[in-house]
Amino acid sequence: MSTDPKDLRRSTALPLDQALEVLDSLPGGGIILTKVEQVLNWGRAASVWPLTFGLACCAIEMMQAMATRFDFDRMGVIPRGTPRQADCIIVAGRATIKIAPIVRRLWEQMPEPKYVVSMGSCATCGGPFYYDNYSILKGIDQVIPVDVYVPGCPPRPEALIEGFLKLQDKIKKEPFLRRRVYDAAVAESPTTLRSSEQA
Amino acid sequence: MALRTEELMLNMGPQHPSTHGVLRLIVTLDGENIVDVRPDIGYLHSSVEKMMEYRTYLQNIALVDRGMDYLAAMANEEVWVLATERLAKIEVPERAKYIRTIMLELQRISSHLIWLGTFGIDLGAFTAFLWAMRERERIMDLFEHATGGRLHHVYFRLGGVYEDLPDGWTAECTEFCDYFLGRLPEYDELLTGNPIFLARTQGVGVLTTEKAIQMGASGPVARASGIAYDVRKAHPYEVYDRVQFDIPVRSEGDCFARYLVRMEEMRQAVRIIRQCLEQIPSGEIRSRVAVTVRVPKGEVYARTESPRGDLGIYLVSDGGDKPYRVKIRAPAFSNLYALTEVMRGWKVADVIAILGSTDIVLSDVDR
Repeated sequence: MSTDPKDLRRSTALPLDQALEVLDSLPGGGIILTKVEQVLNWGRAASVWPLTFGLACCAIEMMQAMATRFDFDRMGVIPRGTPRQADCIIVAGRATIKIAPIVRRLWEQMPEPKYVVSMGSCATCGGPFYYDNYSILKGIDQVIPVDVYVPGCPPRPEALIEGFLKLQDKIKKEPFLRRRVYDAAVAESPTTLRSSEQA
Repeated sequence: MALRTEELMLNMGPQHPSTHGVLRLIVTLDGENIVDVRPDIGYLHSSVEKMMEYRTYLQNIALVDRGMDYLAAMANEEVWVLATERLAKIEVPERAKYIRTIMLELQRISSHLIWLGTFGIDLGAFTAFLWAMRERERIMDLFEHATGGRLHHVYFRLGGVYEDLPDGWTAECTEFCDYFLGRLPEYDELLTGNPIFLARTQGVGVLTTEKAIQMGASGPVARASGIAYDVRKAHPYEVYDRVQFDIPVRSEGDCFARYLVRMEEMRQAVRIIRQCLEQIPSGEIRSRVAVTVRVPKGEVYARTESPRGDLGIYLVSDGGDKPYRVKIRAPAFSNLYALTEVMRGWKVADVIAILGSTDIVLSDVDR
């Protein structure tokens, strides 16, 4: 086992059973150095809790993804019944013009940071209901901002899982803490920061 | 001094875990008792009937899969091709008729399994959901093997089916039938004898026979209220007149009776599939039909027994390659209004049980 610092930096690439060996060889072993932001994002990415809100056919595949065989729980995806406890909304199915304001309100009720997964062709662009139709919204991104689009009509549960893995990658790259600190600073002294922004 | 009480308006849905989609119920409560229930539908209105007027008869097969009852895509395809074939006088080969019947009954089981799972969740039995989805996944495998699709198959064609059954499919299907019948007693142990489940369903939400007829209820909801009516027996289509099966009928009309009727229907579906697999002849699977078929001028009404009840299509043709007007008779719509009638007088928690036992699909209600 090499203790070259260059190798140690790539600690994620080490097999897990060698991890203790590496830690013990370090001075003051048992301590891992990392960025606070990275740890926070790692935790956040592994526990994305979506809102149970099925619109149409895709909701059945979403249910299937959460049930036996696919078992979404192992990605840390646990469905919540209320938007106030949810991090993420899966728009599963076609949204009508009548439901659009309700989807918007649900999204507004969710606490920050929040994410949107558009599942299936209908939620992405209207799908088969794009032409000759007076009641379906042509894509949910007209109402709420979408983070991940999952294609398919309906997408297989595997496709939805891949969509969530993409969302996890996105979460891991976010400057989460810096944004929070900046937002707090703006809230405290709005004038100075805003004027400095303009300058 | 008498306490002054007020009625409370409670808004259930459109985002509610137990509304099975985007249904909004405006419930008026007096304490915990329900005074009135008004369903607000239309949150999933997809203007399917209008869209069908702009698509050819073949293209519409893909549309009815998605636009109508999405839990039973095969049943939608069936009623659509049945209406068109009757009007255009298209013959269907024997083998195709058997394949269709097998697929329709598999679809009935898969749809009832979704109902069983969600009904279990509504009443606090989460295990039922996981078990039902496990069985359903095997049906999805069968569908995927034969049609290529899990939920929307686009498998039926005018005058037959798209492709013949793949090699080994019949054996797989037989194996599933044996497996599934072995699993059903487990559900009985899990739910049928469960005291909590019985307390929530037995005697709750009684739909009388008169009310069921008045409101046009059909399918398992009507059969649980003592109406021995099944389109498969009354107006046989495909090969339903050549197979033996019973129609489960209960007279109680409560949530538990609706549960028992659906459980028995799954057993009968397996019985039909087994007979079809034995009798299925070899031969053609599709008769020759033009891609842009022109249907002669006229009108027809075709009805089938979808997992939710009497599903009908009224089709008017003006002699062109697209339908002139299509009207869909949705069973879930009538069943929903029949059961919101009986919700009055029950407690607020019973709304969930009654709604769950209805087995509504909002895509079928709103279309």
